[in-house]
Amino acid sequence: MSAQLFEIIKKEIEAIIPRYPKKEAALLPALHVVQRKLGFIPPEGERLVAQLLEIKPVRVREVVTFYTMFTRKPLGKYLLQVCSNLSCSLAGGELILEYLKTKLGIKVGETTPDGRFTLLTVECLGACDQAPCLMVNDDLYGQLNKDKIDDLINKLD
Amino acid sequence: MNEKVLTRYFDIPHLYNIDVYLEKGGYEAVRKALKLKPEEIIEEVKKANLRGRGGAGFPAGLKWSFVPKVDKPKYLCVNADEGEPGTFKDRFIMSHNPHLLIEGIIITCYAVDIHLAFIYIRGEYEKIARRLESAIEEAKRKGFLGSDILGSGFNLEVVVHRGAGAYICGEETALLESLEGKRGHPRLKPPFPASVGLFQMPTVINNVETIANVPLIILNGADWFLNLGKPKDGGTRLFSVSGMVERPGVFELPVGTPLRKIIYEYAGGIKNGRKLKGVIPGGMSAPILLPEEIDVPMDCESVFNKGSMLGSAAIIVIDESVPIIEVLRKVTKFYSHESCGQCTPCRIGTSWINKIVERIASGKGGKGDIEEIERLALQIKGRTLCPLGDAAAMPILAIVNKYRHELEAMLPQ
Ligand SMILES: Cc1cc2nc3c(=O)[nH]c(=O)nc-3n(C[C@H](O)[C@H](O)[C@H](O)COP(=O)(O)O)c2cc1C
Ligand code: SF4
Ligand code: FES
Repeated sequence: MSAQLFEIIKKEIEAIIPRYPKKEAALLPALHVVQRKLGFIPPEGERLVAQLLEIKPVRVREVVTFYTMFTRKPLGKYLLQVCSNLSCSLAGGELILEYLKTKLGIKVGETTPDGRFTLLTVECLGACDQAPCLMVNDDLYGQLNKDKIDDLINKLD
Repeated sequence: MNEKVLTRYFDIPHLYNIDVYLEKGGYEAVRKALKLKPEEIIEEVKKANLRGRGGAGFPAGLKWSFVPKVDKPKYLCVNADEGEPGTFKDRFIMSHNPHLLIEGIIITCYAVDIHLAFIYIRGEYEKIARRLESAIEEAKRKGFLGSDILGSGFNLEVVVHRGAGAYICGEETALLESLEGKRGHPRLKPPFPASVGLFQMPTVINNVETIANVPLIILNGADWFLNLGKPKDGGTRLFSVSGMVERPGVFELPVGTPLRKIIYEYAGGIKNGRKLKGVIPGGMSAPILLPEEIDVPMDCESVFNKGSMLGSAAIIVIDESVPIIEVLRKVTKFYSHESCGQCTPCRIGTSWINKIVERIASGKGGKGDIEEIERLALQIKGRTLCPLGDAAAMPILAIVNKYRHELEAMLPQ
C-alpha cells in the first residue's frame, strides 16, 4: 500500500474511533475502510487497524475470518453476489447462477482471468420481493432473467 | 381497505428528505414526547402492547422497564441486521422513511435515559446505511439530535454501525459482541442485556419496526394502537410476502389479519393459478404450515398455537410445483452455513443434517435417513446456547413431519 493511501486510511479510521465508547468497537468499521480503499484486507491492513485500535493483530485476524464480507484476497473489479436462499431459488435463482457461470466461464468463488468479475453466492439479501436477485458491489438488481443479466454485464466496463 | 399508519406516507417522493418529512408532521412525536415524563412514555408503550417485531415478540415497554435506573452509561442498539430469510420490511422502512426510525430512537432514548444509540445494520445494506447517515446529519442540523435537543436539556448521538455478513449477529447478544469489535458469538443469558449489555452496561435492543412504531403510539395514544390490532398485541405489522405469489411485497396490515387473506387478497394469490403446498409464516425459522392451516390470524399468540411462530412476519409461499426436498435443502444449508460453531449440537448437527438432505436430493438416500434427520434435529433442540439451534431444528422437524410421505417416496423401499 502506498504511503499516501496509508495516510488516507489512517485518517478515516481515526475519525471513526471517537464515535465509540471504546476504541476496539471501531474494528468492523475500520476493516470496512481498509477493504473499501484496497479492495481486500492484506496483512499490513490488519496491522494498521490493530495499531490504531490498540489491540493484538490476532484479534483482528479472528474477526476478519469470521465475517463473510471481509476478504483477505483481492476480488474482481465487480463482485457479483447471487442470492441462493429460498425465495430467490423459487423464482429461478439457480438458473441465474448457472447462466452467469457459463457466461463468465468461472465457478462460484472464482475471478475471471481479466480480473473484472468475481462470482459468489450469498444468503438472503433482504429483497425477496424482487427475486431472483443479485448484488453487484453495493447495487442490488432484482427480477433477473437472462436478458437482464446480458444487459447488466454489457453495461459494466 | 385497511388504513396504513406506519407506512402512511411511504408513497411520497423523497420522504427521506427531512423537509418533506416535516411537511407531513414529522418530528411532532418528538416534540410531544420531550414534554412528557420518561415514565409516562414507558407506561404508554407498555399499555399499547407493542410486541417486538424482530422475532421473539417480547413487549417493548416491559423490556424498557427492566433497565435499571443507575447512573452509568446505557445504550440503545437498533437491530437492523434483517437476516431472517424472507424478511425485507426493515429495508422498506429505512429506505423510505429513515426519519421515522430516528424519531422512534429519540423517544426511546429519552424514555430510558440513553445518550448514545447504535443502528446495527447488515453490511449488504450499504446504500441504506448512507441514507440513514445523511438523515442523521439532517436531524442534527435541525436540532433533533446532538446536545440540548429542542431546548429540553436532553442529549443524544446516533451512530450507524455496519455488520459484515453474519446472520448470527441478528441475535441480540451476538450483535453486542459484534458491536464490541468481536466475532459474533452469542452470550449466555442471563444476565439479560437490559442489565448487562454493550460493554457490560444496561442496553436496550429493539428491531427497526418496533422502534418505528413508537412515534405513532406517542402521537395517537395506547388505546388507538391497541384498537388497530389485538388486545395483547397492538398495532399493525409489516408482512413481507415472497415466493410463489402474484404480487410479492410488503403489506402493512392489522396484527391478527388471517394468513389466507394476506396471501389471496393482498398478495394476489398463488402464481399462475397453481395450488398451495405450504407457507412459512414468520421467516425461515418458523415451522411451515399446510394449506389447511392458513386460516390462522397473524398475531404472536395465534401462530404460536398453530405450532409455528409469527417471528419477523415474513411469509414465504410455496406452491405444488416445488419439491419439498428443495425447501429442506435451502433450510438446512442456511443453518449449517450460519451456525457460529460455539455449541457442538448446532455446529455438527446442522451440517450433518444438510449432508443427509443433499444425499436424498441427489437420489442416493438410504433407508432410515429420515429418522436420522429427526434424531439429529431433536439433539439440537433445547440443547444450545442461543435460539439459533431451535430455529434450525423446528422448521426441519416440521417439514419432515408434514411431508413425510413425499420424502419417503424418494428413498429406496
Ligand atoms: C439467530 C437469530 C437471528 C436474529 N436476527 C434478527 C434480525 O436480523 N433482526 C432482528 O430485529 N432481530 C433478530 N433476532 C431477534 C433478536 O435476538 C432480538 O430478539 C430482537 O432484536 C429484539 O427486538 P424486538 O424485541 O424489538 O423484536 C434474531 C434472533 C436469533 C436467535
Ligand atoms: S446455537 Fe448455534 S449459533 Fe447459537 S451459539 Fe450455539 S453454535 Fe452458535
Ligand atoms: S431469498 Fe433472495 S433476497 Fe431473500
